[in-house]
Amino acid sequence: MTRRFDVLVIGGGNAALCAAISARRAGASVLVLEGAPKFYRGGNTRHTRNMRCAHDAATEILTGPYTEEEFWKDLLLVTGGQTDEELARFMIHESKDILNWIVEQGVRWQPSLGGTLSLGRTNSFFLGGGRAMLNALYRTAEQLGVDILYNAEVTDLRIEDGMFLSAQLKQPVNGKTEVRASTLVAAAGGFEANIEWLKEHWGEAADNFLIRGTPYNRGSILKMLLARGVQEIGDPTQCHAVAIDARAPKFDGGIITRHDSVVFGIVVNKHAQRFYDEGEDIWPKRYAIWGRLVAAQPEQIAYIIFDSTVVTSFMPTLFPPIAGQTVAELAGKLELDPAALEKTITEFNAAVQPGTFDHTILDDCRTEGITPPKTHWARKIETPPYLAYPVRPGITFTYLGTRVNKQARMLMKGGKPSANMFAAGEIMAGNVLGKGYAAGIGMTIGSVFGRVAGREAAKNARN
Amino acid sequence: MHGTRILQEADRLMTVCNSCRYCEGLCAVFPAMEMRRAFSDGDLNYLANLCHACGACYTDCQFSPPHEFNVNVPKTLAIARAESYAAYAWPRALAGAFARNGLVISLIAALSVATFIFGFAAANDPGVLYGIHTGPGAFYQLMPHNAMALLFGLAFLYAILALAMGVRAFWRDIGEPVGMTTDRKALLQAIRDAGELRYLDGGGVGCFNEDDRPTDRRKLYHHFTFYGFALCFAATCVGTLYHYLLAREAPYAWWDLPVVLGTLGGLGLVVGPIGLLSQKWKRDRVLVDEQRMGMDTAFIMMLLLTSITGLALLLWRETGAMGPLLALHLGVVFALFITMPYGKFVHGIYRFVALVRYARERRMMEHS
Ligand SMILES: Cc1cc2nc3c(=O)[nH]c(=O)nc-3n(C[C@H](O)[C@H](O)[C@H](O)COP(=O)(O)OP(=O)(O)OC[C@H]3O[C@@H](n4cnc5c(N)ncnc54)[C@H](O)[C@@H]3O)c2cc1C
Ligand code: SF4
Ligand code: SF4
Repeated sequence: MTRRFDVLVIGGGNAALCAAISARRAGASVLVLEGAPKFYRGGNTRHTRNMRCAHDAATEILTGPYTEEEFWKDLLLVTGGQTDEELARFMIHESKDILNWIVEQGVRWQPSLGGTLSLGRTNSFFLGGGRAMLNALYRTAEQLGVDILYNAEVTDLRIEDGMFLSAQLKQPVNGKTEVRASTLVAAAGGFEANIEWLKEHWGEAADNFLIRGTPYNRGSILKMLLARGVQEIGDPTQCHAVAIDARAPKFDGGIITRHDSVVFGIVVNKHAQRFYDEGEDIWPKRYAIWGRLVAAQPEQIAYIIFDSTVVTSFMPTLFPPIAGQTVAELAGKLELDPAALEKTITEFNAAVQPGTFDHTILDDCRTEGITPPKTHWARKIETPPYLAYPVRPGITFTYLGTRVNKQARMLMKGGKPSANMFAAGEIMAGNVLGKGYAAGIGMTIGSVFGRVAGREAAKNARN
Repeated sequence: MHGTRILQEADRLMTVCNSCRYCEGLCAVFPAMEMRRAFSDGDLNYLANLCHACGACYTDCQFSPPHEFNVNVPKTLAIARAESYAAYAWPRALAGAFARNGLVISLIAALSVATFIFGFAAANDPGVLYGIHTGPGAFYQLMPHNAMALLFGLAFLYAILALAMGVRAFWRDIGEPVGMTTDRKALLQAIRDAGELRYLDGGGVGCFNEDDRPTDRRKLYHHFTFYGFALCFAATCVGTLYHYLLAREAPYAWWDLPVVLGTLGGLGLVVGPIGLLSQKWKRDRVLVDEQRMGMDTAFIMMLLLTSITGLALLLWRETGAMGPLLALHLGVVFALFITMPYGKFVHGIYRFVALVRYARERRMMEHS
């Protein structure tokens, strides 16, 4: 790498590619350093399915409208106010245009399959999923003349007084391990794959976490930036964590290990005790809380227990449920105390009140006289075979990140904007997402701030 | 448990895909899969024959190898498809022909050609074979029309019978949905989907062949091949009608309908197969059912030989080469006919039946 680039992009996911394309389109020379090998390029973006964008009217792919105001309200709700309002509103406003911009970069949206019924209102789906989307972005970047290197992990950054000078590569490229560039866009994701780092905040429990996405997001870039004076944002224990199948691989199991059967049954811990209201809210909305709930249980394991009457009510699963003709047999297979599980289920069944079941609304099927209660969709578990899924916390992504402004420019401790460093995507998601999660917002953050970061970096470099 | 190892693997993949569903917009396989939670052998054979091998779901999949989930839908379905052809073959004793297809086809072709040449020479004196014949009925100096019609009629009828029996077995195995035979709309939909190769387009961008850049070339060459074949077939039909209805004997003038149809079709059958072969050559091996490469190639070669010998006959029919060329052409066509039920030709038929069923299922779902 003897050549000096205008813009150096570290990372290879949605945020990085949007930045690279936008910088290149603004006339800059661009180098992308992706730490992963080619097949694993694109980090967690490979595993995504959709993106949340505001729009004022229905389109071919979306029923509408989903106004900026409504998007903002949804964000406020999930974050409980832990969001930078100015940045968040800016992102939401920009998201409108992203719907079209991303198509101009070759990404295709999935048209409606069975008439308007299957259309979403808030989220657009990538045709073929996140990897298809990434492939399109890479094709476009290559056609535009962006240089891309794989297996190009950055191990160090030279930064002086808030000014990026060069990046150090783990392996030499053309005999050199140092890459110099006029500006930097950091888009290297979060640190969810760095178990040691997670342990600093979660303790030993983190050993039992499963990482749903790429093993390459180890947060090394984030750590270097914070160590070199970039302002930090967000809480290191806040992350998007769901309950996923305990039989899933440690890393990269992706979307297919999830379970959405909680509302149809009960969830017990390794002592066969229930610990939270399974009927608190509509599943997609409360989906993200179960990772944390399970993380707080002994040995970070729990079991979703239901019976044969509901097996076809939720998405087919990768791993089959564990089955027993009696509660005791099921308990045996799960290595739970049979008497304790029988007691929990008997007490639960006795507490179930009559009602009209409807899993699409907060219905009136609830329990009375037990703690925790199940406030909706409570039905007796009594028709064998009894079934269970073992679940563990599955970490999706972390929120601790670098502080940025509306130009996606990093802010240094003390508030001074960096001379030439920008950040986009998961590495700065904490600015918008202090906690909680609204489906599809990870892609919005990456695309909006990636596009801005690329444009601004190009402008900065060519000044 | 499934009948074969590959169906077992197809079941595993469909279970993965059914819990993922990212590919549901790419083709008919995924929506059809979503209508089921468990998969019988027949279901898997149905899904396998719905796949057009566009490769998109491999390039787009986050779990394709080297990922430990090892998801390779195009290749798995290609093998399952090929095995299904053999499973439905009639008579059962000939199922093995699929496995050694390349060899079987070349043997049969060589034998047929030799038989025709030998037959001509034996039936007449060699002078007839190498002589110059022109004007209506010239071809029949070599072999009387009735003999020709009888021979090809029998071969053709046999092919139709064997194909029909195979389709019947397939039809039963995939479980015909209620009202399928009377659903005209579903049938029309399937004809349209097959006619435009709707699902050979990776969900709109094109087929993935040698790398992750989609192109539409496989689709284009397939169209050339299919419509070329259809035109040649039409030419033969028109020729037969001319003979029996109008008492006009071949060879016909270059501007006459059978010749025009046959020439256009023949050109399509040159461009298409050569294109398909070149695409096949370049195709990423990870998508390919290596074991059955021979079957595909043999069939494409037969089509190519048919068109090349036919065109050569047209060009040199007024010279002394006419006899040998006619023998060659008839030999190839004869071999094509009798090997049809035991080679790649059947893919079109099974795929069409699968499309009919899919269209029917979709309609039933939308009305429920
Ligand atoms: C299973 C799953 C499903 C999801 N579904 C959705 C969804 O449907 N919609 C949505 O909006 N969000 C979804 N998300 C969240 C989404 O994936 C992230 O928000 C998004 O990918 C972040 O994009 P990014 O570009 O910032 O980071 P990533 O896409 O993770 O990319 C980070 C990149 O940085 C590289 N990298 C890391 N360290 C280095 C280094 N030192 N040197 C060089 N390169 C490095 C990595 O290899 C990787 O390419 C999902 C996440 C998971 C795990
Ligand atoms: S091929 Fe891969 S991405 Fe497509 S549905 Fe199957 S598992 Fe999902
Ligand atoms: S037609 Fe294409 S997308 Fe569909 S299953 Fe076959 S290879 Fe995959």
